[in-house]
Amino acid sequence: MDIAASILAEAVRAGTPLMLATLGEIYCERSGVLNLGLDGVMTIGALAGFAATWLTGSVWIGLAVAMLAGGLFSLIHGFTSISLGVNQTVSGLALAMLGTGVSSLLGTKYVGLPLRESLPLLQIPVLTEIPLAGGLFCHDPVVYLGMVLSIAMWLILFKTRFGIAVRAVGEKPEAADAAGVNVQLVRYLCVFLGGVLGGLGGAYVTLSYTPGWREGVMMGRGWIALALTIFSLWNPLGSLIGAYLFGGVEVLQFHLQEYGVPASLLGALPYVSTIVVLIASSLGLLRKRLGAPAALGTPYRREG
Amino acid sequence: MEIRLERRQTVSRRINVSSRILAVLLSLPLIGLLFAAYGVNPVDAYLRIFTGAFGSPYGFCETIVKTLPIGLCAVGLTLAYRARVLNIGAEGQLIIGSMAATWVALYSGLPQSIIIIVMLLAGFILGAAWALLPALLKSRLNISEVIVTLMMNYISLKLLDYVVTGPWRGLTQWGFPQTDPFPSYARLPMIVGTRIHYYTLILLLASTLILYVLMKRTKIGYEVKVVGGNPDAAKYAGISVTKNILLVMLVSGGLAGVAGVGEVAGIHGRLIRGISPGYGYTAIIPAWLGGLDPLATLIASFFISGLMVGGDAIQISLRLPSSLVYVFNGMILLLIISSEVLAKYRIVIKIGGSRIWI
Repeated sequence: MDIAASILAEAVRAGTPLMLATLGEIYCERSGVLNLGLDGVMTIGALAGFAATWLTGSVWIGLAVAMLAGGLFSLIHGFTSISLGVNQTVSGLALAMLGTGVSSLLGTKYVGLPLRESLPLLQIPVLTEIPLAGGLFCHDPVVYLGMVLSIAMWLILFKTRFGIAVRAVGEKPEAADAAGVNVQLVRYLCVFLGGVLGGLGGAYVTLSYTPGWREGVMMGRGWIALALTIFSLWNPLGSLIGAYLFGGVEVLQFHLQEYGVPASLLGALPYVSTIVVLIASSLGLLRKRLGAPAALGTPYRREG
Repeated sequence: MEIRLERRQTVSRRINVSSRILAVLLSLPLIGLLFAAYGVNPVDAYLRIFTGAFGSPYGFCETIVKTLPIGLCAVGLTLAYRARVLNIGAEGQLIIGSMAATWVALYSGLPQSIIIIVMLLAGFILGAAWALLPALLKSRLNISEVIVTLMMNYISLKLLDYVVTGPWRGLTQWGFPQTDPFPSYARLPMIVGTRIHYYTLILLLASTLILYVLMKRTKIGYEVKVVGGNPDAAKYAGISVTKNILLVMLVSGGLAGVAGVGEVAGIHGRLIRGISPGYGYTAIIPAWLGGLDPLATLIASFFISGLMVGGDAIQISLRLPSSLVYVFNGMILLLIISSEVLAKYRIVIKIGGSRIWI
């Protein structure tokens, strides 16, 4: 494999947790629910995945537990924002705090434990030899799952009845309701799905990308994924570009260190990039007259 | 039997206050479950928290010591949140404020007589400046201030890390990531026998009072509330949304910056990596708990600070991680906003022909 391909491979690995979380958040926001608690959800998944793998000796069980934990944890936000109709921004923020706090409280006994199990590497023969693009085909199954999901979730969102229902509920809930769509149910499903993928993304960090559990392991990835959701214009295919781009920024950080730039300043790079990306997306949205799903952040209650 | 929610005609102050107290009380058994999961007896833990915070003169003073940064941040946040500008960046604004004060104390070479005033001013100005970018992005491009202020928090932490391990690392600190100690004339004076640095205390009380009057009695306060309640109506009435967003962000950022000066020049006497154990995030809770009223928020800050001091006590005696405070924060915040629904709606239970409501 050439150098360009191996850099791309690193970026893809670094971008995978971001992509999974972004895909989930896209569905969540498309249905009209803003889940700012994503960073907490990912942290919960990161711990649950690591702990379950440590206890059972199976990464697969670890990933499954992380997905379940992330999904269930997000339902707290689902309940407050869908059923109670509270301010979603504040509820999400509370969820982020709770997730960070609960996972570091329950995770103290797992800090610094080495992980013996790892995900199997699936090299796709021939394809890995392609210059540059070869970097896309030398990964573990979760990376491939991310790629497949971004295409599958795009198809579901734009080409199926369920996808129409999701978008309708996020754009015009009263019309969707009149057409016989169960608004609350669709929203709950999307919030749960967002949590499942957030949990998976979190677990990918502690089980594969930087194996091991410690406090602050998520390093704000959930917040970056929220920005990527906007950057991708709420389109699953867009998350592919955004996430790998940010994976690239993370890789760039390590390579610039070799040139003597202080690590602490380089560490700010992803966060500075996030702000830059938000500005760029917002200017793009203004120019194209596009916007967030119309009912994003507004609870739906049937009148009467 | 049927249970349903009905909108209340009026929300009385009594319901508002009692629903909030209920929220805090409910959070205790819920967090107790987590204690139990961790292998700690919840009743024992709460007794230790309470006695740690309020059970001794020392604990009581320490609670006031923590009320200073939390209160300064929280009171500023009430103004921002009134305008529906969700500044989550008090943590970063506090850190930048402490860095500004450090530069003045160690490198400015200003005369001793004015140095403390300049440090406080620098803290306010730099804290406000750190809030400027999110304010501009919010008002000009409608970019989520929540995400931007959070990113600014991470960036400020990296900057802090850089200065204490790089250019500002103390020559007498054996390589520890911290600056040299401030000269004594650049330290905030304290009430004898305590760690309460009273300049900051006076500033906290004054800013609470000023913001209280500002919101209740002035045109500025009225405009902020209109912008928060209905931005379209504000525009129609000729109120500048941009100006108000900038105002509330700069004031809340500035007060958080002053909180940073208090920490670095009052408590630690040098800039350290752990200058803030999350005060800026914690301050969000009293702001909501106090219903965005500055006076009530000050009282709530004192209570939340007590929880933190008590939390510190059990961290040591029961070996719990410091992130325990985020569990409390998240749980209480979730319950407060849920209780706001309870305050707005009444629960009606119908059994047969009779109606019972709460």
